[in-house]
Amino acid sequence: MKTFEFSFCGASLHALPTGALFWPEQSLLVVSDLHFGKSARLSAVGGAQLPPYETADTLLKLETDLAQTKAQTLICLGDSFDAPDVADALPEYDRLWITRLQAGRDWIWIEGNHDPGPVSLGGSHLAERTITPLTFRHIACPDETGEVSGHYHPKARLALRGRTLSRPCFLMDRDRLILPAYGAYTGGLRSDTPVLCNLMRPDALAILTGAHPAAIPMPRRAT
Amino acid sequence: MKSPETRRHIVQPRTNRQPAYISVFLLFLTRYPIGMNDLPLPLARWFETRGWNMHPHQQAMLNRASAPSLMLVAPTGGGKTLAGFLPTLAELSADLKPGLHTLYVSPLKALAADIKRNLRTPIEEAGLDIRVEDRTGDTPASRKKRQRADPPHILLTTPESLALLTSYPDAPRMFAGLKRVVVDEIHALADSKRGDQLMLALARLQTLCPDLRRVGLSATVEDPDAIARFLARAPDPCEIINADPGPDPDIQMLTTHEAPPWSGGGAKYAIPAVLEQVKQHKTTLIFHNTRAQAELFFRNLWLVNEDGLPIGIHHGSLDRGQREKVEAAMVRGDLRAIVCTGSLDLGIDWGNVDLVIQVGAPKNVKRLVQRIGRANHRFNAPSKALLVPANRFEVVECLAALEAVREHDLDGDPRGAGPRDVLCQHILIAASAGPFEADDLYSEMTGAGPFAALGRAEFDACLDFCATGGYALRAYDQWQRLQQRPGGQWQLRDPRSALRIRQNIGTIQDSDKLKVKWRGRGASLGEVEESFAAQLTKGDTFLIGGQIVRYEGLRELVVEVSRDPGRKPKVAVFSGTKFATSTQLSQRILRYFQAGDFSALPPHTADWLRLQGEVSALPQPGRLQIETFPHDGRHQMVVYGFAGRNAQQTLGLLLTKRMEEMGLAPMGFVSTDYATLIWGLDAVHDPAPLFDLDMLEAGLDGWLAGNAVMKRSFRGCATIAGLIERQLGGQRKTGRQATMSSDILYDTLLKYDPDHLLMQITRDEAMRGLVDFARIREMCGRVQGRIDHIALEKVTPLAAPMFLEVGKVPVKGEAEERLLAEELDRLMGASGLTQIDKATL
Repeated sequence: MKTFEFSFCGASLHALPTGALFWPEQSLLVVSDLHFGKSARLSAVGGAQLPPYETADTLLKLETDLAQTKAQTLICLGDSFDAPDVADALPEYDRLWITRLQAGRDWIWIEGNHDPGPVSLGGSHLAERTITPLTFRHIACPDETGEVSGHYHPKARLALRGRTLSRPCFLMDRDRLILPAYGAYTGGLRSDTPVLCNLMRPDALAILTGAHPAAIPMPRRAT
Repeated sequence: MKSPETRRHIVQPRTNRQPAYISVFLLFLTRYPIGMNDLPLPLARWFETRGWNMHPHQQAMLNRASAPSLMLVAPTGGGKTLAGFLPTLAELSADLKPGLHTLYVSPLKALAADIKRNLRTPIEEAGLDIRVEDRTGDTPASRKKRQRADPPHILLTTPESLALLTSYPDAPRMFAGLKRVVVDEIHALADSKRGDQLMLALARLQTLCPDLRRVGLSATVEDPDAIARFLARAPDPCEIINADPGPDPDIQMLTTHEAPPWSGGGAKYAIPAVLEQVKQHKTTLIFHNTRAQAELFFRNLWLVNEDGLPIGIHHGSLDRGQREKVEAAMVRGDLRAIVCTGSLDLGIDWGNVDLVIQVGAPKNVKRLVQRIGRANHRFNAPSKALLVPANRFEVVECLAALEAVREHDLDGDPRGAGPRDVLCQHILIAASAGPFEADDLYSEMTGAGPFAALGRAEFDACLDFCATGGYALRAYDQWQRLQQRPGGQWQLRDPRSALRIRQNIGTIQDSDKLKVKWRGRGASLGEVEESFAAQLTKGDTFLIGGQIVRYEGLRELVVEVSRDPGRKPKVAVFSGTKFATSTQLSQRILRYFQAGDFSALPPHTADWLRLQGEVSALPQPGRLQIETFPHDGRHQMVVYGFAGRNAQQTLGLLLTKRMEEMGLAPMGFVSTDYATLIWGLDAVHDPAPLFDLDMLEAGLDGWLAGNAVMKRSFRGCATIAGLIERQLGGQRKTGRQATMSSDILYDTLLKYDPDHLLMQITRDEAMRGLVDFARIREMCGRVQGRIDHIALEKVTPLAAPMFLEVGKVPVKGEAEERLLAEELDRLMGASGLTQIDKATL
């Protein structure tokens, strides 16, 4: 697996092809916005019945990343569940799978706007978590530094010889790092939208996910 | 040159003038002195006071009024619509009872409104108390509600509005007593899912009103029997009445002093000659194949329109208000010409059109004949038309089309069984109206022509999809959309979901569009595709409504523009419908090449073909010609299959797939009706092994391996079947919220549930429409391995136009990764961040 290695606020980190973040020194893997149970929630309210394979797809990805990095700690950076009660409604098979992945490692659920309450699955449930020099929370706070967050599902758009390419990406400047969404049915928000342009410094980088993670200046709309 | 301001006067409505359309609508009545005694007294008297009589086909429609299914085939403007209504007027004037008597369905909202105006004249002047109302997406909610409680005698509507009406629990009450359904422009509907949906709705109505009689009104078509089967209640027969087709059209190729360009679609060279024709005629319709071409042509026409002739533009991307103004101006006879697209293929008949000009190869003889019919129909004189080839290949195509029109050789391919995504939507519509028995719904649906051959197992799979999602993993048993009551009837689990279902009714696939408005003033100019808007940066200029505008920015899903003083737009491309040349025309062209006698062609085109013959060769029937050459920093390969656009497209997919496997790094391809151009990072030295039919078929089996064409088809099917909800005006994602692409759903199904119903539907649709593998097989059989590979140093004359084709399909593979690596290097170099592996902040 090719990763993109970089330094952020003194910590040496790896961006994984899947959009997970790995901090070898702490044996810590971070993933954001899993949105487990999204298809079930939509169906329950009489909406579309999306292919019910997204939880399995996301877990399979996570299992692979955990196996490859041998991480001792996992932080789920919020919006792990698409709605507060989803954890209870997950099929037994998926609950067992999560429990299996939790065995032998610290598992931290950071709360997000979709899943503010505690979780019936194992692991600790926190509003945020600091492991000096970094702080992990769901939504970025504009004045903080050394902050790792999720929430925005950033993606980058590039023009390649007359073709456009859109990929989920990390966004990074000297104060903050925003992770792409890890879940299967999550979509993305383009890095050139005002909310992300205002949040990130002018010299921010985008680290593209995909087979060969790589950094570029964060794509912004020319205005 | 006229400024846009000067032009605006052409669309200002004038008042107090007798609308021309009434006389157009009724004029067919003047010629034949027969049959008045078949009409009830008030109507007969009215005809007498007007001194009008009926056409034979109108009399025939009256005579056969009691037939359960009846189809009238008449040329454009043959007085079809009133022929369809005469039995209704006769029955209602003889016996006027409250309640719905006749339902009129047309593919165009504008047509419904127009018919309403036209019917008013005979009804009022004959002193009949018949209520006529229209009902479309534009009808106010209060009137819609009243129509359901107290329906008019005649209701004019569209397939979508009718489907919506059948979704209400009170539908049986509203349609009680319905006697007749008149389907206008059925030849157009029979080609689309809109028609399939309409036939399911008619099957529903037939259940509610067993004595319902169906009437279809069709333009001239190659296979009336197929449309008749489509219309009639299966397996019942359908009578066909053929109107006098009128005299043969007077049709020619426009001759110009200047030669058409080597490539391109604008036909700018022909502008002075076209303008000269406009001057010599009263009213000219100038048809184009794409909106972008219509815009460019319109712009260029006005640059030389020194007399300021009133010329308007009409196409599907323009704001509806603007289109209506142009239509109204046309009806009043205020315009000398309209530059237009397929948006005027159907609709109001304009009596004063005396010339139709087709710019660009007509692609399809049947549609050409229908377009030509828009001229001069009122005097039973030959329609007059001119073909303007936009480039030199099109000169050959136009010549082939002229020959086909003279030989009455209309083209067209049978469409096959009704698609199951429409069936799924109809099941949901039925459930919205109330509980149903599966057996009843199945037998009702098989009464619809396009679904006559539907198997019970297929139906059950669709029902299961609507109920549970139909996944191999039974995840939604708890959250079924439809569930069975103890008695076995199916119903919505959550009655509130009827609202969502109703909001998603329809089969028209609109790509996401954004409104274009003047910055600050908010006046709407029209719409562009979201993908087009995404490419724009501030300062880019483009053409819309004949004006050059400057892109200022995107605000709340509106593209804001300002006036631009420039004369040349930077970007002029936004998409629109693209037509495919029929096989029949392609084969005619190959025969020309084979004959090698280019004397019927203008010298410029003949010289071009001879040049192609000198530097390379002309494709021959029974052989497959392949050219390879470097161009534009890539290696190019052109495959002259002459198999029609769809098969050439498939060939592109299969060939690039094989090339990817062989490590040839293809980047993409584009197809026309006669060839496929593939470009990549590496040269193809020996193309012959690529064309092994078995290998191509094997590639087809692995078809679903994530190509762009399949994903596009999937998006449409999934939306119609109710898996993806349409983004409605008020709920459009506003940037804050992330959007999930249908591609992800497709990829997930491909990975975990590749045999899911929607994947089957997508595959069927692609095989039928976009794939057309039968034609590839036919081509391989025709060629029998006789492949002529010609390796060259540069682009050949025949290949050159391919480079300007739109609709390029990217190949995502090794080439993309290689390009991405290049671009990353460039970006990092340009930004001064040279240390890529360890970016430290």
